[in-house]
Amino acid sequence: MMRRFFDSPYAVVLVLAIVVAVLPLLLPSTFYLRVAALICIFALAVVGLNLLIGFAGQVSLGHAGFFGIGAYAVAIGPTHLGIPPWLALILGAIAAGVVAFLVGRPILRLRGHYLAVATLGMGLLFAMVFANESAWTGGPDGMPVPRLVLFGIRMSGPWTWYWIAGVTLVIGAWIAANVIASPTGRALRAIHDSETAAQVLGIDVARYKLIAFVLSAVYAAIAGAYLAMFDGLVTPEASGFLRSIEFVTMAVLGGLGSTLGGIVGAALLVLLPQLLTVFHDYEHIALGLVMIVVMIFVPAGIVPSLANLLGWRKS
Amino acid sequence: MSRLAVEGLGISFGGVTALTDVSFTVEAGEIFAIIGPNGAGKTTLFNIVSGLYPPRQGCVRINDEDVTGLPPFKLARRGLSRTFQNLQVFFRMSAADNVMVGRHMHEKRNVLAHLFTLPSVLAQNRVTRAKAEELLAFVDLSDVADRTAGNLPYGALRRLEIARALATEPQVLLLDEPAAGCNPVETEEIDNVIQKIAATGVAVVLVEHDMKLVMKISHRIHVLDQGHTIAQGSATEVRTNERVIAAYLGRHGQREAARA
Repeated sequence: MMRRFFDSPYAVVLVLAIVVAVLPLLLPSTFYLRVAALICIFALAVVGLNLLIGFAGQVSLGHAGFFGIGAYAVAIGPTHLGIPPWLALILGAIAAGVVAFLVGRPILRLRGHYLAVATLGMGLLFAMVFANESAWTGGPDGMPVPRLVLFGIRMSGPWTWYWIAGVTLVIGAWIAANVIASPTGRALRAIHDSETAAQVLGIDVARYKLIAFVLSAVYAAIAGAYLAMFDGLVTPEASGFLRSIEFVTMAVLGGLGSTLGGIVGAALLVLLPQLLTVFHDYEHIALGLVMIVVMIFVPAGIVPSLANLLGWRKS
Repeated sequence: MSRLAVEGLGISFGGVTALTDVSFTVEAGEIFAIIGPNGAGKTTLFNIVSGLYPPRQGCVRINDEDVTGLPPFKLARRGLSRTFQNLQVFFRMSAADNVMVGRHMHEKRNVLAHLFTLPSVLAQNRVTRAKAEELLAFVDLSDVADRTAGNLPYGALRRLEIARALATEPQVLLLDEPAAGCNPVETEEIDNVIQKIAATGVAVVLVEHDMKLVMKISHRIHVLDQGHTIAQGSATEVRTNERVIAAYLGRHGQREAARA
């Protein structure tokens, strides 16, 4: 029973929807609600990235670039161009998709380490543009982000943002589950296991890699826009190298190729620094140790390993 | 009109000539075997025909259309499919999913519909799944449909690759050592499957080391040695050809064979 339930990609979406709905009742203070909102925002980016890395098997060390495009879209749009924030959010997501399409066509020809380095360069390029175009972006200090206004109501505070990010995460996980269970998803998983065999079966490999790249870029851009609006501030660090690494780490720790894994990974990496503050100066050492231990003992990632252990997945 | 025609094919890698002037045709419903000692260029020939390498000389035609140098996914759309000597199974997917991937070209590929799982996508998945189950039954793998491919025994994986290739509804099927590493019982099963496939009108091209299998099921045999064609004909013709015996057994063996 459990086994059949967890084989369906929609089980994750259902569980996630319940957790998102119930969680606020269990949280003792708005501080934790803020943390939960952050988890939802990062998890959204990781669920998208997982389509690219976990399912299609193509690594990207530059997705913070798309996160940055989303974040700066909601800052620059309303401030400099007079676009309402909600429209800037949508335009930012579209812009990230278009940029991913244009950049992805040439660089997705590369494989493995070469693709990793190329995407790394792409991310750095965006971060440099955001840091240097001071007239538009406020330079290294960043710029304030106007509040999102929906139906005449100003969206601010952890409570509101928890719900916005939580509902979006559930929708994002649902769309990811749809993709995975469709012919597109089968093509992506096939490319991951054998590109040669996928081609011979009539799959246009370049096209499907590009689809995964564009989709993951849109997820990242929406997450970036949410974080910027939630914080009310955006700096070039939003699209920095460390942010890209953070996304990949979240996906790998939680378990590649598992939507729930990506969410758990995001939760872990947002929560751990909060919990490890008891170690004071040694916080980062403790964080690094936890990550090393997880990778040694559960190399497949937390969620897939746990599922195997409990016999939820068939052989 | 031949299903598959290969004319004057040649390729070299870094100055080493791997294939020189290889030509043959394969008709619908025919089982055509390519044999030769190790390094004769059999797999290279397959890789050119299936579009993985571009040839230096010559051309490949499917149903009289020139398809030389087309990428593999376009060749698949022209009706060519293949299996691999070193298995290229999607190991993390279930057996049924492997075959379902083979249905890709015959599915509607509207990504927007996939994002939101429109009812048409669900109907599509059901049709694809039914077709996959039919093909798994054809190669006698029905009972492992939902097992992860990586956990299946070797002989089953060979048949799974054949079912997956058939899912594309090929007109020309290239089988690269379908019985490699199989025990006699598994070889027998594969031999039956190949004959059933040819009986449906598919042109089957076979590279195989198991001579018993080759001699038993092939209509015609093409022999390569060091990239050159040295013989072509029926099993009996090839078996008694002096150049073939020399290539396989060496000059000494030729004398032995003559005495036998």
